[in-house]
Amino acid sequence: MTSRRAVIRTMGAALGAATLPFATVRRALAAEPVKVGFVYISPISDAGWTYQHDLGRKEMEKALAGKVQTKIVENVPEGPDAERVFRELAKDGHKLVFGTSFGYMNYMVKVAQQFPNNDFEHCTGYKTGKNLGIYNGRFYEGRYLCGIAAGRMTKSNVIGFVAAFPIPEVVMAINSFIRGARSVNPKAEMRVIWANTWYDPGKERAAAGTLVAQGADVLTHHTDSTAVAQAAEEKKVWVCAYHSNMAKYAPTRQLTASEEIWGGYYTKTVGRAIDGSWKPDHVWGGIRDGMIDIAPLNDAVPADAKAQIMKAREEIASGKLHPFAGPVVDQDGKARVAAGQTITDDALSKMDYYVEGVAGKLPKA
Amino acid sequence: MTFAMDASLVTPIVSASIVAGTPLVIAALGELVTEKSGVLNLGVEGMMAIGAVTGFVAAQHSGSTIIGVLAAMVAGAASALAFAILVLDLTANQVASGLALAIFGVGLAAFAGKPYESVVLPPVRALPIPLLADIPLLGPALFDQQWLVYFSWALCAGVAWFLYRSRAGLVLRAVGESPASAHAVGYRVIRIRYFATMFGGAMAGIAGAFLSLFYTPMWSEGLVAGRGWIALALVVFGTWRPLRVLVGAYLFGGVLIAQLFVQGSGLPLEIPPQLLSSLPYIATVAVLVIISRNPNTIRLNSPVSLGQPYRPDA
Repeated sequence: MTSRRAVIRTMGAALGAATLPFATVRRALAAEPVKVGFVYISPISDAGWTYQHDLGRKEMEKALAGKVQTKIVENVPEGPDAERVFRELAKDGHKLVFGTSFGYMNYMVKVAQQFPNNDFEHCTGYKTGKNLGIYNGRFYEGRYLCGIAAGRMTKSNVIGFVAAFPIPEVVMAINSFIRGARSVNPKAEMRVIWANTWYDPGKERAAAGTLVAQGADVLTHHTDSTAVAQAAEEKKVWVCAYHSNMAKYAPTRQLTASEEIWGGYYTKTVGRAIDGSWKPDHVWGGIRDGMIDIAPLNDAVPADAKAQIMKAREEIASGKLHPFAGPVVDQDGKARVAAGQTITDDALSKMDYYVEGVAGKLPKA
Repeated sequence: MTFAMDASLVTPIVSASIVAGTPLVIAALGELVTEKSGVLNLGVEGMMAIGAVTGFVAAQHSGSTIIGVLAAMVAGAASALAFAILVLDLTANQVASGLALAIFGVGLAAFAGKPYESVVLPPVRALPIPLLADIPLLGPALFDQQWLVYFSWALCAGVAWFLYRSRAGLVLRAVGESPASAHAVGYRVIRIRYFATMFGGAMAGIAGAFLSLFYTPMWSEGLVAGRGWIALALVVFGTWRPLRVLVGAYLFGGVLIAQLFVQGSGLPLEIPPQLLSSLPYIATVAVLVIISRNPNTIRLNSPVSLGQPYRPDA
């Protein structure tokens, strides 16, 4: 005679034996969605750096519907708080965590070492690890195309640039823009105002107004708000927006915009995390990779200028044209890259000089 | 590369300096009145943020800038009222409560303004004053401005008149000097301080609306960007005198704009942008300290009971 308890135990075992393989099969067929975390420096808002990343995230979520579950943490400052956020996302089972600001670098390196079974991807940094990859965009390619548009449209031959801080990424943008402009208009000159902030709409706007008062009739910016685009619309000068298409803020005055497009990259990378083939990589993608592009051109841009821009776009994509193909001459007339040569990625990422056509002196970073 | 500090640049430089200084003028004059009554409200930054977002939302829904400014004024006064209840009725520490208001206001504004970050409002047009705007050079710079700029001048004159020419202003100053004596002769210290604090909040709210409706015009988190703190400093360095506060604010705006013009000129100057960006602060403090260097002036003008809680016994 078996006791009641034993029966229950047997039943339980049988039930367990029956469900266990079933569970395994289910897991293999339709895996539980992989959890992916995104850490953003600023609020997502409606335009700008973080907005572009979130567009990419949404595109990835759509492409991998059912297979992925994402979590966003926005407005995370580049400080000890970031480390905590990364650690919590990892602890919470996020297989892959993206960090999208330069200043997260050391925190990501640290957390990646503490969580060897999670993978990390850092945007705009330069430190990698066994489970830490880096990715970035060749923003200067879009800048070059914007420069062509500006060079063709300027009447005063003065282009105004509202810049944040004199770091290589921004210097590269200034140089690439004026090289694009001077490729079609050798008289074009670039004036730069350093706002010394990434985000102060009031100051960005004042800087834009200053440049216009001093003769600039095309503006561009490397700051994060839409203030420069709005100022351009109001003052009736052209603007080449940055990060996002800001046509909404400058409906008649935006010539085009240099945009980052992260959707393809996120889809590919998360796909690899899902099938287990993810490896730390060092990706610096441009127009060819679909990571950088320009917004639709303003109708005011003449057809032949449009053709010029689209041709340059094709050539950059095919590798025929490099915005920093030699000769690259700095503003003092010194050759930095000889004719027939192309700048190296290393030299690009350390750029600390203005090319010819930029007025003023580059402050030390 | 040619650069001439030609006359044609005077108008845009002066004009832009005044615009850059205006939010500081309005916020600082409000805080001046608050401090003259003996209340130290460090929450200007937060009240400006609340005013900026409220003004923007109200203007967007009503389609009227005036309603936006009025809403900002009410919102600023309401946030100051919350502060006043804490420090006047509950005699909480003014410094701590003010800092809390600054942090809370910025956060609340960011939260409440989230859905409005992408909204675009048409800029407020300048309102040229006939005849005056035709004066060469300075005419267009001074008298072809948006209407809140003219308001800030009227405010400066009004505050100066109120404090030094009106009986009510005298009472307010008495409350700030010696609340116990004012109470002894029958003035209602707490009520007067309530009004002064709410006036400060209302002006901070309008200053915020100037940023979100007139200056940029947009709403986004971080729009105030430290201007509330500068306004606070202006009150102290301007030794609680309305005209000096106005001068200080324009000086700040002027140096800010001038350094942008120097950069935009394309002159081959090697000045670190960090230094240029700190120039407005350095110059303003230096000049105001020099014009107010007489210790007697400071002693005469700074409200003796500033920041000290007062509880009438009866």
